[in-house]
Parts: sequence; structure tokens; C-alpha cells
Amino acid sequence: MELRGKLLDVSNLKVSFYTYRGVVKALNGVELWMDSGERLGVVGETGCGKSVTSLAVMRLIEQPGEIQEGKIIFNGKNLVELSEEKMNNIRGVEMSMIFQEPRSSLNPVMKVGYQIGEAIAKSKKIKIKNTYPEVKDMLRLVGLDPERVINSYPHELSGGMSQRVMIGMGLATHPKLLIADEPTSALDVTIQAQILELLDELARKMGNAVMLITHDMGVVAEFCDKVLVMYAGNSVEYASTARLFEKPLHPYTGGLLQAVPRVGRTDELKAIKGTVPDLVNPPSGCRFHPRCPHAMDICKLERPPFVEIEPDHYVACYLFKGKNEVREDG
Amino acid sequence: MNFGQFLLRRLFLMIIVLFGVACIVFFIANVIPADPVGAILGGNAPPEAVDRLKAKLGYDQPLIIRFGNFITGAVRGDFGVSLKTSNPVMEDIKNYFPATMELALVAITISIILGITLGILSAVHRNKAIDQFSRIFSILGVSMPVFWIGLLLLLVFYFKLGWLPGSGRLGFFTYPPPRVTGMYLIDSIIAGQWDTFKEALLHILLPAFVLGYNATASIARITRASMLDVLRQDFIRTAKSKGLRKNVVIYRHALRNSLIPTVTIIGLVFGSLLEGAVLTETVFSWPGLGRYITTGMLFLDYPAVMGGTLYIALIYSIANLIVDILYALLDPRMRM
Repeated sequence: MELRGKLLDVSNLKVSFYTYRGVVKALNGVELWMDSGERLGVVGETGCGKSVTSLAVMRLIEQPGEIQEGKIIFNGKNLVELSEEKMNNIRGVEMSMIFQEPRSSLNPVMKVGYQIGEAIAKSKKIKIKNTYPEVKDMLRLVGLDPERVINSYPHELSGGMSQRVMIGMGLATHPKLLIADEPTSALDVTIQAQILELLDELARKMGNAVMLITHDMGVVAEFCDKVLVMYAGNSVEYASTARLFEKPLHPYTGGLLQAVPRVGRTDELKAIKGTVPDLVNPPSGCRFHPRCPHAMDICKLERPPFVEIEPDHYVACYLFKGKNEVREDG
Repeated sequence: MNFGQFLLRRLFLMIIVLFGVACIVFFIANVIPADPVGAILGGNAPPEAVDRLKAKLGYDQPLIIRFGNFITGAVRGDFGVSLKTSNPVMEDIKNYFPATMELALVAITISIILGITLGILSAVHRNKAIDQFSRIFSILGVSMPVFWIGLLLLLVFYFKLGWLPGSGRLGFFTYPPPRVTGMYLIDSIIAGQWDTFKEALLHILLPAFVLGYNATASIARITRASMLDVLRQDFIRTAKSKGLRKNVVIYRHALRNSLIPTVTIIGLVFGSLLEGAVLTETVFSWPGLGRYITTGMLFLDYPAVMGGTLYIALIYSIANLIVDILYALLDPRMRM
């Protein structure tokens, strides 16, 4: 099979959670790919499966969840088939992850330096106490005072500082891919900008790819090369950031962009009608059809394939049929 | 607040608590409508003899004076003279308490090791066989009274199987080791008497297990619950995302966090352990403070009852102080 992304290529990824209410089909055939050093933004409403996708790529889906189908080709290896032991040699070494709540993501009873050292020690197979020179370098790199922070406990740090520590921990092993799951959502606005700048600067310096999970279109516009839009566990549109903002094709993407406030924008903000569907009983066919202003009969029956409409612009929608066949109107 | 201030504050609180216990113990002992003097002298004693003994024991004084005497005596470690043994109560406590302490320490050790192990295993293997076993084991432990389990185990292991001795701290023909701490297990090691050590160990196993069973159950349940809670936390996901092995995640990252509630429980169950000693010691004829208090009660030996109870309260407070210090060691957030 030809890979669309050299670093990471996720195809037909299906993840379900077995709950008392029934089977939650959280991911229903997600498509996603990245090249080395690229920044991909994954956007969508709360509950659309952004975080589950990132956890699935790390193979961190916990019971009662399960990857049911699909491939996650990372660096030439299909992660879905790897043993837990082999996966542990990739996690934290070749790919690492930072989370939304930096303060609760650090172990409250361990010193910060130790927690960073742990990641380095594991990838280099050395003792944790021998990693401290490197830990200090890393802390300096993320803009913290190593002497002060290395022996601090997490409760002695602010949210912004904790997220810097998390970033340092994530990048300490020089991974090829850093997954950032809403890294700024829990922080103050001014701190958000600093953290994004830091991520940007470090990714440039270290050359790692970044998968940025967010629901903030502004952040995507600032930071990402490519964007993947997700809806109810499906990939619905993928394009370069510029192209997506300029010419969104999927009705959902259009709706998302119209709901973003901007300085100087004079037209009215439009909300997308309806709510995110219940994933225990998702709508048939295209999961967006109950909310779609352009829904046709076929949308209720069959799931639209994720196809390339124009070079490097993929959409899952029956309004568009294959390459260069863009219909002007729904 | 630094550690010294923390310790001072806790010690101050401890004094208040002990004073409260002293009040309760004293007034309960003095409002019970039973007459120790009558109990000693018998119903037909001449009134002069009764008056003389009352004066000798201080019972002719008003309640408040007696309370003052009791408190000032207790502060100096003087609980008066036992009516039954005619020894100073403090001396009796010194003789009997090591046996209780030894029993309680072995019991708490068994329950901590067994309880925490069961708790971790049932959290990690949730709803599997080991979890179900631990659940049944714990429900039995919490719901069966101590004296009943004691009798049941005696029936099986002593009477039927004959694996373990039935009563006392040592066999009938064995001399106790030379007294250093009064705890036979420790004293026999100090004296190098390994046969005595083995015998003392065999004697203590059954009563210690019975005494600690309830505590084991509580510790296992709390550890399981808090371990499950900790395993759901964000920082556990972080640890996994670093590629740490499952055992490292559980024992290095989760365990210490999940032990914080367990330590609280250990402090509390240590209290119920001292309390349970009263029953366990009776079932196993264990010559400890619990039995001293029980027999004291039957003989209306109030100085013994009051002194023994207050002493147990003191030990309990010290145990809780140790728990608070352990807290600070486990959780850096407590050191603020």
C-alpha cells in the first residue's frame, strides 16, 4: 500500500468503547497522515474523537476501549500489531505526548527533575540520577530556571510552568513526533501564546513533527501546515492550512469557520445547527447529514468515502466527486 | 509552617485529646452505681472498716478533689494502686502492656502486608479471581466478630489440626527470655534463644491474625479503592506515554499516591486493634493489658481500668501522630 504520509499514516482506524449504555463507536474509520517535521492540526467539536485518535496513535486506549480495525503505520511499523513491550520502546522515545491539564499530568509526589529524567533514562537505558545534566539543559531550553525547578514538586509550579515541564519531558528524548492534546486550553490567554511560541520554536530547532489537537481555529491558522477536520469519529476534510481557510469544501468545515470570531469581521457569526450526535446510535450514512444544509438522499444511506478532490485536498462528502469535479453549489 | 511547628501543634492537640479521655474515663468510673469498697470488704463488713477503707482509698473526698488527684497523678504517670493486685497500676501496666504491644504490632504488620498486597492485586486485576477472593475475604473480616473468628480458628488449627498452640505467649514449660522490652519475640532474639523465639512466634500467629483480620479487610478495601482512583489520574497516562512498563507505572507512580488514604486508615485501625485486644486476649488467654482491664472491670478495680484505658489512649494518640508524620513523608503537598 502506498503511504500518504512518510512519518505517520493512519487508515480506517476504528475504536469502540464498551459501556453500560452500549457500544460507543468513537472512531469510525479515521484517516490521517503526516510527513516528518510537519505540523498537523486536528480540529473538531468536543467529542468528535480528536483525543481518542491521538491516544490510539500512542496505543494508550484503555479498557473498556479497544482498537478494532485499521492501521497506524508509524516510521514503517504498524503500531496496531506491535506487542506492548515493543510499543513501550516507541512511546516516549520516538513519539511522545503532552496533555491538556499540565498540573494534573505531573505526578504530585515526585520531583519534576526526576519525572523528566525518567523519560531520558528509559530511552538511553541509563540511571535516572545520571540524566540530571541533560534534564537541566532541557529545563533551560523550555525557559525555566533549572536550579530552582529541578527539585520542585509539581504543586510548587504554575500551570504555564507545568506545561513547560511537560513539553521538556516530551521533547527530552528527541522524538520524531510530538502529540499535543489541547496543550493550551487550560491556561490563561497570555500564557497560551507563550506556550505555543515555545512549541513552535522548539519544533523548529529539533525538527520534530507536531500533531496539535485543538478546537481553536485561530491556533491552527498560526501554527499548523496542514489541517484535519474531524466530525463524530470521522475524518471529513484534510488540506493545507491556507487552502482550508481559503476554500473549505465540506459543509461542516464551512460551518466551523463561520463560527470563528475575528477582529474586523463584520458579518454575523453563525452557529452550526443541531448537536453532536450520540455515538452509541450514530446517524446512518454520513454522520453529519442530520445537521447538513445540503443533505441528499444518498447521505442518509451510505458513508461518503474520503477522497482527494484536488491535489492534497481530501473531503468525505457526496457533494464532491473525485479529482477536479468540484461542484459549485450544493 | 515548618516541621517543628507542625509537631508542636500536633503535640498540643494530643494533650487536649488525652485530657478529654481522662475526663470521660474518670466520670464514667465514678458514676457507675457500683461500690468497690463493698466489693472488697463484702456485704457484712462493719461500718468503721468501710469508712477506714474509703478514707484510705480517697473515696470520702468530694468528686472534684478526686478528679484533681487523678489528673495530677496521671500527669506523673501515677494511676494509684490496683485494688486487685495491690501493685501500683503503672507497675502492672509495665508488666502487661508489652504483651499487648507485641500482639498489636504483629497484628498490624500482618494486616499492612496482607491488606496492601490484596488491595493492589485486586485493583490491578479488577473483577478477576483475586479481586473476588479479596472481596469475600474482606466482607468476612469486617462482618465477623473477633471473638467468634478466634474460637473458630482455635477449633480448626489447635483442636482439629494441632498445627498451632492454643493459648498463652509460650508453652507451659518454657521460661520467658530475660526481660529487656517485655516483648518475647524481641527479647528472645536479644538473648539469642532461637527455640524460644520460634515458640513465641507460633503462639502469637493465631491471635495476631485474628486481631488483625478486621484491619486487614479495611486496609485491603481502602487500598483497592484508592489504587483504582489513582490509576485513572492524568499523571498515570503521562507515565504510560513515557513508555514505562506496567509494573513501573503501578509501583513507582501509582502506589505512593494510593497509599495516602491507606495510611489514614492504618492510624484508625490501630485504635480498633488496641480495642480488639481486650476480646482477643480473653479468647487466647493472652496476658496483656486488655485482659488486665477486663478482669479489672469484673473486680470493680477502678484505678486499673482508668489507668489502663488512659494508657491505651496515649498509645493510640502516639500512633496517630506517627501517621501524620508519615503523611508528610508520603505527600509533599502536606509539608506546606
